[in-house]
Formats: sequence, structure tokens, C-alpha cells
Amino acid sequence: MSDLPLSPVSPIARPGWASRVPVPVLLAAAFLAVLAFSMAFPRVVTPYDPLVSDVAHAMQPPDATHWFGTDRIGRDVFSRVIYGARYSLLIGLSSMIVSLLVGLVLGVTAGLGRRAVDEGASRVFDVLSAFPPVLLSLFVVTFLGQGIVNMAVAVGIAGIPKFGRVLRSQTLGVRRADYVTHAVTFGMSRARVFVRHILPNVLAAVPVIATIDIGSAIIAVSALSFLGLGPQPPTPEWGVMLAEGRDVLRVAWWPSVFPGMAITLTVMAFSLIGKFLARVYGVRTR
Amino acid sequence: MVRKIVTRLLTGLLVLWLAASAAFVAIHALPGRIEDVLAGDLSYPGLRESIAAQWGLDHSLPWQYGRFLLRLAHGDLGISFVMQQPVLAVLGSQLWPTVQLAAAAGVLAIVLALVVATSTAGFSGGAGAWASRIASTLELAFTSTPVFWLGMLLLIAFSFHWRLFPVSGAAGWCALVLPAVTLALPTAGVLSQVMREALETTLDKPFVMTVRARGVSEAALRVRHVLRHALLPVVTLGGWLIGGLLGGAVITEKMFGRPGIGSVTLAAVTSQDVPVVLAVVLLAAFVHVVMSTLLDVAYLFIDPRLRNS
Repeated sequence: MSDLPLSPVSPIARPGWASRVPVPVLLAAAFLAVLAFSMAFPRVVTPYDPLVSDVAHAMQPPDATHWFGTDRIGRDVFSRVIYGARYSLLIGLSSMIVSLLVGLVLGVTAGLGRRAVDEGASRVFDVLSAFPPVLLSLFVVTFLGQGIVNMAVAVGIAGIPKFGRVLRSQTLGVRRADYVTHAVTFGMSRARVFVRHILPNVLAAVPVIATIDIGSAIIAVSALSFLGLGPQPPTPEWGVMLAEGRDVLRVAWWPSVFPGMAITLTVMAFSLIGKFLARVYGVRTR
Repeated sequence: MVRKIVTRLLTGLLVLWLAASAAFVAIHALPGRIEDVLAGDLSYPGLRESIAAQWGLDHSLPWQYGRFLLRLAHGDLGISFVMQQPVLAVLGSQLWPTVQLAAAAGVLAIVLALVVATSTAGFSGGAGAWASRIASTLELAFTSTPVFWLGMLLLIAFSFHWRLFPVSGAAGWCALVLPAVTLALPTAGVLSQVMREALETTLDKPFVMTVRARGVSEAALRVRHVLRHALLPVVTLGGWLIGGLLGGAVITEKMFGRPGIGSVTLAAVTSQDVPVVLAVVLLAAFVHVVMSTLLDVAYLFIDPRLRNS
């Protein structure tokens, strides 16, 4: 028994996996590794404080001293992008966790429950996704008020149906799997089947789904920040930086081009890796 | 068939009713008296009284709920706290620029996705493979790009550098080009990705080989035979498309300083003008649900396979 694999062996586990991973995915992983390092040790990466202005050197185009140039009041854009990763990624991550937790509870309940429960949970997803995500987040912010935490919650609520639906179908799949039928046949209690077999296999899909979807959370968070509903200046958050950069767009491209590039590359990297993982582990993402 | 249509229509109605109820519950579930919740930080003489009258706050909760639904059914969306006008009039006056923007962007996105996906999907060798690779990289890049940043890049290139299009405003079709392109590209990226996947699945089907064996050209094969098979997953994205365009319009309008529903909404969010935000959210849900219901029903007519499944 012990040498029978319970789930298909992934190519990752085989020797020489690095040669099987496509180059774009490796590049994406390298980019995220560099980003993670700069988030953890920004001082190693840049000597400049993201908040200290140096008016004498304001609006300097990119050069050897200021790689990404300086903004309207002479702050180093490179250093703001590096420090900004902390805000943008952590807020994006927290709002994704909000969607994930609620989506997980609702999705698993729907997948395991009776037909009425399933219908009920599915209607919750229908209703939440009837509102366009950006507008739903705006609606929530109107009531909760502006600010970082409320914005993260607002974006998180808009993301619930996506996670809920995927986790519901994941649960349905696991519930119908042979090993669950066998466990039930051999008299394992319902609670034990749930804890030992169903939950672990549903949770196994979570990292993959999360990797794919954190990108849209990061974009949504930066959008609300750009609209001025989240962190306020002088916070070096990417969306806030873009809003500030927009005001000087006519004379300087660098204060807005670089933070935007940071968002796009980060989101691309996550979605490349996520799609690769989904393919390798056979996780359905829709 | 008839039963399917009726079920679909009823589900649509149910979702609409639930969406309105969800908004009602959300407002009542917040801590504090409803007058205070709705008024937020706003205060002027008579505001609380007018809220109480509009929401029927001196009546029982079920009565309030019934009245709320009845008002919505009559298209009465309340009176803006800040502008002191009926919300419907406020939104109505700003509707046209947003409809123009969303429609232009929607058409552009669909055309782009159709052309790009159909002409590049599923090639495994030669120049076609390269075209396919380049196209899917572009799709990934555009789906990962925040609309407002894309807007800025376009402004830098086409307004400040080449001075082809105006920077902001809504005067003439020239002012529509950049916002529409900005809104369309990320949407086109998603549509094209889904379409490419569907086309690739279809291109593997046996009937494709039969058609090829008949000597039909690649272009004719794709346009006349493969495309109609691959369109279903794309049509199911119709609702998402509407939602995305409406949501994206808020950001795009802010980005380009365009008047429209988005600008009104944003102003209402910042000034906590609840009736306006509530109305926009419910209207968007309405449009979204009606559109996706109609698309689903339309597809029953278009694709006979769905009628019996």
C-alpha cells in the first residue's frame, strides 16, 4: 500500500525539475525573490529614505545616483518603489486572505452541504458577483470609511465569490473521490473523513489558487489607493505614488512609470507562477 | 427549452432581489442609528429628518423593507444628500459620457480579442508559433496592467510626446480615443486569453481534421468552423465584461478627468453621499444581471447542444 501514490506525482518531485520549469516561470520566481529580499532589507538595496525630500534635487530624471529619478519634492523614486512593495504587497495579501477565509468557509460548506445549503451559498456568490468588484469595494468603503484596513476589507469582500466558487468545485471533486468513498465504506466517521481526507485535499489547492489571484487583489488595492481611498501621501504605496505621479505627468514620466511597472511585473510574476503550479498539480482554477 | 429560459429568468430576478436585499441588510447591519449611518459625517439642518422620511424610519422594519423594494421597482433611487436632487436626475445627466466610453471600450476589446486570438491560437511550429507566443505574452502583460497606469503611459506617449490626443475632457471623439483604449486593453487581454484556450481545445477536435482534409484554407477553417465552437466560454464572460467595463470606467474617468457616472460615484464615495453610491451599485448590478441573463438565454437559441444538456 505504502508505495502507491495517493495523488499523481508532480514533475516537481522528479530529479532535474529545474530543466522542466519554463524559463518565464523561473524569471518570475527570481523577480519575486529579489522583491522579497528588498522588502525585508530595503536598507541594503537603497541608501535613500523614501520620505526624506531633497528639494535641491527635485524632478531629476533617472541617472546613476537616482536610478528611477526623483519626484516633485526630491524624494528618491527607486527607494519609494522598494519601500512601497511592503505596503502594496502586504495590503494585497491581507485583502486576499479576507476573500480566501470567507470563500473557504462558504465554498467548503456549499460543497459538502445538502442541496439547499449549496444553493444558498451559491446565491451568495451570485449576489456578490452581481456587483462589479470595483463598485462593490467603493460601496463598502463609503460605509466603513477610508483608510488602509477598510480598503483591504473592501477589496477582500469583492474577491469572495471567486475563491468561494473555485473552492466549492474543489470540495465537490474531493467529496466524490474514490478515497473518500472508501473511507466512508470502511466505517470512518464523517468528522474523521472530513478532517483526514476532505479538508487536506481541499486546502492543498489553496496555495495555487492564492498565487493566481493575489495579482488581482494587488491591482484592486492599488486602484483604490490611486483613487485616494486607502493610504494617504506621503506613504510610499504604489497606487499613491501613481496618483502623485499623475500630477506631474506633463513634465516627468519617471515618478509614475516606475511604480506602475512594479505593479505590472509583480502581478505578471504571480500569475505566471500560479498558472504553472495549476498545470503541474492539476488544480482547476475556474 | 421554455423551462430552461423561465428558470434562467427567475434566477436572474432572484439575484436582483437578493442584491437589493443585501444592500438593505448591509445598511441596517451597521452599528449605530440608520440616520447616523446614512448621514456619515454629513450634517445640515433637516438632513436626518429627510432621511427618516425617505426610509420610513418611524415604521416597522418589514414595512421599511417593503417600501425600499417598492421604491426601487419604481426607479425611485432617493435624493442625493450632497446635491439635493433626485439621484436618478444626477446620474441621468452623466450617463451619456460613460455609456460612450464603456461601449467604445467594449467593442474595441471584443474586436481586438477576436482578431488576435483567432489569428494566433494553436500554432505549433514556424512563424505561427512565434506569433502565438508573442500574443500570449502581450495578453498576460495587459491583464496584469492596472488601467490607470496604462492610461498614464498612453498620455505620456500620445498626448505629451506626440500631441495627437487631448489630455482630458470629453469634447469630441478625439477625447474618447485614449480612455477607450485604456479601458479596452486589459479587458481584451482577458477575453483573448479565454478565447485562445477555447480555440486551442476546438482545434484538437476531430471535425477540424475533416475540414482540413477537404482542403479548406486555414483562415476559412478558423473563421467559419472553429470560431463558432469556441465562442461559448467567451459569451459566458459577457456579464463579467459589463461589470469590468463599469468598474474600470470609474478609474478611467478619474484618470482622464472625464465627466460621467464614474466621476459622480467617486465624488459621492469621498463625500459619503450614500444614496448616490447605493444607486450606482444597484444600477450596475441590474445592468450586469440583465445582460448576463439575456446572453445565457440568447445562447440557448444559438447553440442547440445546450438545450438538452
